[in-house]
Amino acid sequence: MADSGSEEIAVIGNTDLTPSESENNLKNTMVEKGTSLLKMMEISVAEAEKRTGKNAVNMQETYTVYLIETRPVDAASEGTNPVPDSLWRRYSEFELLRNYLLVTYPFSVVPPLPEKRAEFVWHKLSADNMDPDFVERRRVGLENFLLRVASHPDLSSDKIFYSFLTEENGWKETVFETGFQAKADSRLKALNATFRVKNPDKRFAEMKHYGDELQSVISQLLRVRARAADRLYGVYKVHGNYGRVFSEWSAIEKEMGDGLQSAGHHMDAYAASVDDILEEEEHYADQLKEYLFYADALRAVCRKHELTQYELEMAAQDLTSKKQQREELATGTIRTFSLKGMTSKLFGQETPEQREAKVKMLETQIEEGEELVKERNTECEEFVKSAWVDIERFKEQKDHDLREALISYAIMQISMCKKGIQVWNNAKECFSKM
Amino acid sequence: LLSQQLRLNERDLHDTTVTDGSSFNASMQTSPASMINQYKFEEDAEDTKDIFVTVDNPESHVTAIETYITYRVVTKTTRSEFDSSEFEVRRRYQDFLWLKGRLEEAHPTLIVHPLPEKFVVKGMVERFNEDFIETRRRALHRFLNKIAEHPIFSSSEDFKIFLTAAPGELTSYKKQGPGFLSRMGETVKAVAAAVRGVRNRPQEFTEMQEYVEAFSQKISSLDKVTQRIVREQKEYLEELKECGPTYALWSQSEEELAEPLKDVAGCVDRCCKETEEQVKNLNDNLIPVLHEYALCTDTLKAVLRRRDNIQADFEAKTEALATKKADRDTMRDDLDKAEDRLEWANNALKSDWTRWQKDMRTDLRSAFVDTAERNVNYYEKCLAVWESFLHSQRTDAEGNGNVDFS
Repeated sequence: MADSGSEEIAVIGNTDLTPSESENNLKNTMVEKGTSLLKMMEISVAEAEKRTGKNAVNMQETYTVYLIETRPVDAASEGTNPVPDSLWRRYSEFELLRNYLLVTYPFSVVPPLPEKRAEFVWHKLSADNMDPDFVERRRVGLENFLLRVASHPDLSSDKIFYSFLTEENGWKETVFETGFQAKADSRLKALNATFRVKNPDKRFAEMKHYGDELQSVISQLLRVRARAADRLYGVYKVHGNYGRVFSEWSAIEKEMGDGLQSAGHHMDAYAASVDDILEEEEHYADQLKEYLFYADALRAVCRKHELTQYELEMAAQDLTSKKQQREELATGTIRTFSLKGMTSKLFGQETPEQREAKVKMLETQIEEGEELVKERNTECEEFVKSAWVDIERFKEQKDHDLREALISYAIMQISMCKKGIQVWNNAKECFSKM
Repeated sequence: LLSQQLRLNERDLHDTTVTDGSSFNASMQTSPASMINQYKFEEDAEDTKDIFVTVDNPESHVTAIETYITYRVVTKTTRSEFDSSEFEVRRRYQDFLWLKGRLEEAHPTLIVHPLPEKFVVKGMVERFNEDFIETRRRALHRFLNKIAEHPIFSSSEDFKIFLTAAPGELTSYKKQGPGFLSRMGETVKAVAAAVRGVRNRPQEFTEMQEYVEAFSQKISSLDKVTQRIVREQKEYLEELKECGPTYALWSQSEEELAEPLKDVAGCVDRCCKETEEQVKNLNDNLIPVLHEYALCTDTLKAVLRRRDNIQADFEAKTEALATKKADRDTMRDDLDKAEDRLEWANNALKSDWTRWQKDMRTDLRSAFVDTAERNVNYYEKCLAVWESFLHSQRTDAEGNGNVDFS
C-alpha cells in the first residue's frame, strides 16, 4: 500500500478508504460545522421497509418507508446507549418538508433530495423504484439530506424540521397550518413567469449562469460515466469465459492441466471483481448527482432574487408614474398619455372639486407607494445579503465536497488497479506452470 | 482422358491426402528406417541453431494482370549444404503455399505449421490493408522459423530452394516434379483406401484424434473469447475517451476546483492511452498465436486422416494377398512396401506429435504469460497515474492548510 501510514481519518493520505468510511468523513465534517442541532442530536436514516396501504383515492399501493433515528449526543459519549427515538417517514413527506423549506427560506440554497426516479442508469442497474439497491441508495441519500439541513446555519433551527425528526403524528397538519402552501403556489407562479429585470445584480446573474453550466456538465459527466461503466462491465465479464474454457481445456491436458485450472480460477475472480468496483463507482455518481440537484437549488435562489428585484422595480416604476400624474394635475399640463387626460380633452375639463379629490387620492397612493418601495427595497437588500452569505457558504461546501469526491474517485481507480495487478500476477504465475 | 489427368494433376499439387511415404523429394533418403534414425538423432541433438530466417519489408508489385505483395526473406546460415552464408530473396504468398504443399506431400504424417489464411472473410479486411499485411508478415516469419526449427523439414531441398533460389529458378523448379501418371495412380489408390476406411486403428491414434477434436474446440473458443475481449475493450475505450474532455470542460466553469478537475481529465486521458496500448498488445501478440493453433488443428486432423489412409491401404493389400491366387509375388512385394510405409508413417507421426505438443505447450504458455505480464504493466501504469494525482492533491492541501490531519 503506497500510504504514508498516517492515521488521519481524512480522505487524503488513506488510499484504502471504503465508501462507508468516506461517508463518515462527510458526516464528521458536517458535525464539525457545529450547528446547535447537530451538537444536540445524532440523526440517521437507519432502515427502509415496504408497506402496503390505501392511498388518497382508496386504491392499494405499495410504498417504502424510511426509519429516522435520533439520539441525544451526550448519551453516546456518556457510555450509555439508550434506544434511539425513531419514526417512519415516506419519500413524499421528505418532499413536503423540502417544499416548505424552499418557500420559508427563499434566500437559502436548500439541500436537494435524492432523485425521485433512477436516472443515468447503466444496464445492470435497475430503474425500478422498488429495487433493493435503489432503495438502499435512496436511504443513504435521505440521511445525507437530513444531515445537510441539520448542518445548515439557518435551516437547522427550523421548528418544522425539528418536528419532522421527532413527531410522527400530526406533522403533516402542522406543516399545512403554516400556510406555506399559498406562498408556494404564488411563488411557483411567479418563478415560472417571464419578466425582465432592468438592473439585475451582476453576481446573481453570474451565479445563475454558473448553475446552468454546472447542471449541464454534471449531466454529461454522469451520462458518459454510466456508459463507460456498462462497457467496463462487459470487459471484465467476458474474462469469465476464459475461466470456463481453461477449466475444460485442462481436462484434456496432462502436464498443462494444473496451471490452466488455477489460471481459470483467477480469471473467474477477475470477472467477479467488477461488481464491487462498479458499486463503489455508483457511490461516486451519487455524490455528483447531489450537486447536479444542488445546481437547481442555486438557480432557484438566483431566480428568487430576480423576482424580488423585479417587484422592487415595479413598485418604483409605479411610484414614479403616480408622482408624474400628481405633477400634471398640479401644473395642468398633460405630459403623459392617460385615458383620463384624453377624456377630459374630449369631454371637457373637470371641476376644481373633482381635481381636488383626485390630487388627494394620488397623495395617499404616493404615500403608500413610497412605503411599499421602502419595504421592497429593504426586502431586496436583506435578500441579497442573506442569499449571498448562503451562496458563499454553498460555494465553499461545494468546492470541498467535490474535491473530496474527485479524490475518492482516484482512490477507487487505485483500488481497481491494485486488484488487477494482483489477479494478473497470480494468473501469470499459474500460466508459467503450464 | 488427358484433360482428366491434367485436372487430377492440379488437384494433386494441393490435395495433400494423395501421396504416400515413397516420396517425390529427390533429396530424401529412401529407407524409412534411416529416416527414423535421423529424426531421433535430431531430437537428442543440442539446440544449436545454425540457420536464421527473417521475413520483412513487404512491397507491392503491379503488373498488367495483377497486384500482389512480396516479402523479403533473409537467410543467415553456417550449414554446409548452402552455397553461401547469406541469402536474400523476395517471395510472395503463393510461394509460401507452394512450400507448404511440397512439405506435406513429402511428409504426409509430419505436422507442418499453418500459414496465415488467404484472406479474412470476417471483418472484410482488404488484402492490401497495412494491418493485414503486417499480421501476415509476422505469421509468415513464424512459419519459416517453425520450418527451420523442425528436425526434418529444415533439411528439405524444397526449403533450401525456397530460401535461396532466384525468382526464375524457383519458377522452373516448381514446374518439375514426378510425372502425373504416377501421381494419378497414387490418387486412385488413395481415394479407394479412403473410401474403405481403416479397420484396426491402434488405440494411441484414436486417442490422438479425440484429443485433437477436443483441443480444436478449446483453442477455437479461446480465439473467440480473446477477440470478444478486444471488441469490448475497444467499446470501453470509446466511452472513456469522452470522460476526460468532460472533466476539462467542467474545469472551465470552476475556480478552486479547476486544478483538480483538469488533473483528473489528464489522468483519464493517460489511462485511455494505456488502454489503447493494451488492446493493441492483445491484437498483435495473443490473438495471432491462438489463431495459428486453431489452424494447427486442421493440419492435425489432416495428418491423422493421411495416416489412416496409409493403414487402410496396407489392410487392403493384406486382404488382397489372402484372397487372390495370381500375382502373389508382386502382391507380396507391394504388401511389404505398404507395411514399411505404415511403420514409417506411424513412427514419424508419433515423434512429431511429441515435438508438436512440446512446442504447443511452450508457445501457448509464453503467449499467456506475456499477456498476463502486459496486463500487470497496464494496471501498474494506471496506478501510477492516479497515485500521482493523489499526491498532488495532498501536497496542495498541506500547502493551503485545508486538510485536517487531526
